[in-house]
Amino acid sequence: MTEKTVLNATHRALGARMVDFGGWDMPINYGSQIEEHHAVRQDAGMFDVSHMTVVDLHGERTREFLRHLLANNVDKLKAQGKALYSCMLDEQGGVIDDLIVYFFDDRHFRLVVNAATRAKDLAWIEQQAKAFGVEVKERPDFSMIAVQGPNARDKVIGLLHEVDRERIRKLGKFVAAAAQGPHGMPLFIARTGYTGEDGFEIIVPEEHAVALWEALLAAGVKPAGLGARDTLRLEAGMNLYGQDMDETVSPWEANLGWTISLDEGRDFIGRKVLEAQKAAGVKRVMVGLVLDEKGVLRHGQKVLTANGEGEILSGSFAPTLNKAVAFARIPAGEPGEVRVDIRGREVPVRVVKYPFVRDGKPCEGI
Amino acid sequence: MSEIPGDLKFLKSHEWARAEDNGNVRVGISDHAQGQLGDVVYVELPEIGASVQVGHGVATVESVKAASDIYTPVSGEIVEVNEALADSPETINEDAYGEGWLFVVKPSDRAELAELLDADAYAEQLENEDH
Repeated sequence: MTEKTVLNATHRALGARMVDFGGWDMPINYGSQIEEHHAVRQDAGMFDVSHMTVVDLHGERTREFLRHLLANNVDKLKAQGKALYSCMLDEQGGVIDDLIVYFFDDRHFRLVVNAATRAKDLAWIEQQAKAFGVEVKERPDFSMIAVQGPNARDKVIGLLHEVDRERIRKLGKFVAAAAQGPHGMPLFIARTGYTGEDGFEIIVPEEHAVALWEALLAAGVKPAGLGARDTLRLEAGMNLYGQDMDETVSPWEANLGWTISLDEGRDFIGRKVLEAQKAAGVKRVMVGLVLDEKGVLRHGQKVLTANGEGEILSGSFAPTLNKAVAFARIPAGEPGEVRVDIRGREVPVRVVKYPFVRDGKPCEGI
Repeated sequence: MSEIPGDLKFLKSHEWARAEDNGNVRVGISDHAQGQLGDVVYVELPEIGASVQVGHGVATVESVKAASDIYTPVSGEIVEVNEALADSPETINEDAYGEGWLFVVKPSDRAELAELLDADAYAEQLENEDH
């Protein structure tokens, strides 16, 4: 049985092409996904991300629990509303999921995890939470709309109650706060995103989601589907769980080392294995690829390097660059002249540092 | 969805064929197919003069989402390809049955045309796919 967000009928009325995404019936585009991509890079677009799972954690020992559960250190979260990106690892150091954790107070944190991994995430979190007496409460009563692009914040702020506008305008990156939306609806507004543009991700009670979407539409925010979301996050150099990493991959091999906090004395799940891997030297690395000639890099294509074969993880045509880019996992060491096997044809590609695009512009060297 | 032109014949795999007055056959993909593929970003066309066999892949249409092999609905020789698609592949999305054509075949056996679906049969196939 496919699940539907509360915005399902709204998407269909807008002419969306719907696809199954991790068991959810979601819009892939409303016409041209390339136009939706450009709308986000140049103006403001919105995505229904209500399929993502919101989990509230309550209890005296919640912070202590998260120190144990997450590979990044929640002690970086000191101010109310601050958010942190982290991996949740298993005992072997494999990635169960990536998530964002928000800090309310020491007895209340909020996690936002992926939709496709919902069941295994909840099972794992509940299992680990028992020893800490932490209550794990899923919040299916929330919807979520991501509003992204250089004009996204202005358009959202224009819809807020006057008393909230200045405060939300000053919200720092990776910080969230409560505010009143249209008709006084209660919003949880986070300055986060998955596109490489500025903007907000807004958690809204399900019964107000359609009204918020309509208000954003009237304010000139363009609906964008999962197709544009995927090309935007790839250009922005952001990993997609299941494609770029999973339980069989260590964070070291997925360019997620920056999220691993090996601070002294903190015993988080997977730490011992990660330390051993680091000491032994990581065998594979994740790199960015750019294809300068015509063609499209895609998931699963073989990558040929001086040190052996690798493979493309996320790969796509990148609308901002008008050429194909990809993430690939290849053997560590100087890769030499790198080629990709595109349906039997060996095509030369450039190995680059990513992100490929930031704040609407191609990065240097792309 | 736009009307399916009545003068076209179709392969089940969504290629259309139009028999022209000079006896050649122009080939493209259906409006339904372009909608399924989404934004087309790259087209690989056959060489002029190439000999092609009915039902074989002779071109590739790549969208942001996927690469799709294009089969020729008739055997024969490629006599024309749509060079304009190199610069504006999105024409396939905008006008699948017109300016978005892919190639023209000089057929070696015109009887093959009779094997294809007519517009009504193709429309029926699409309807069944929807259910």
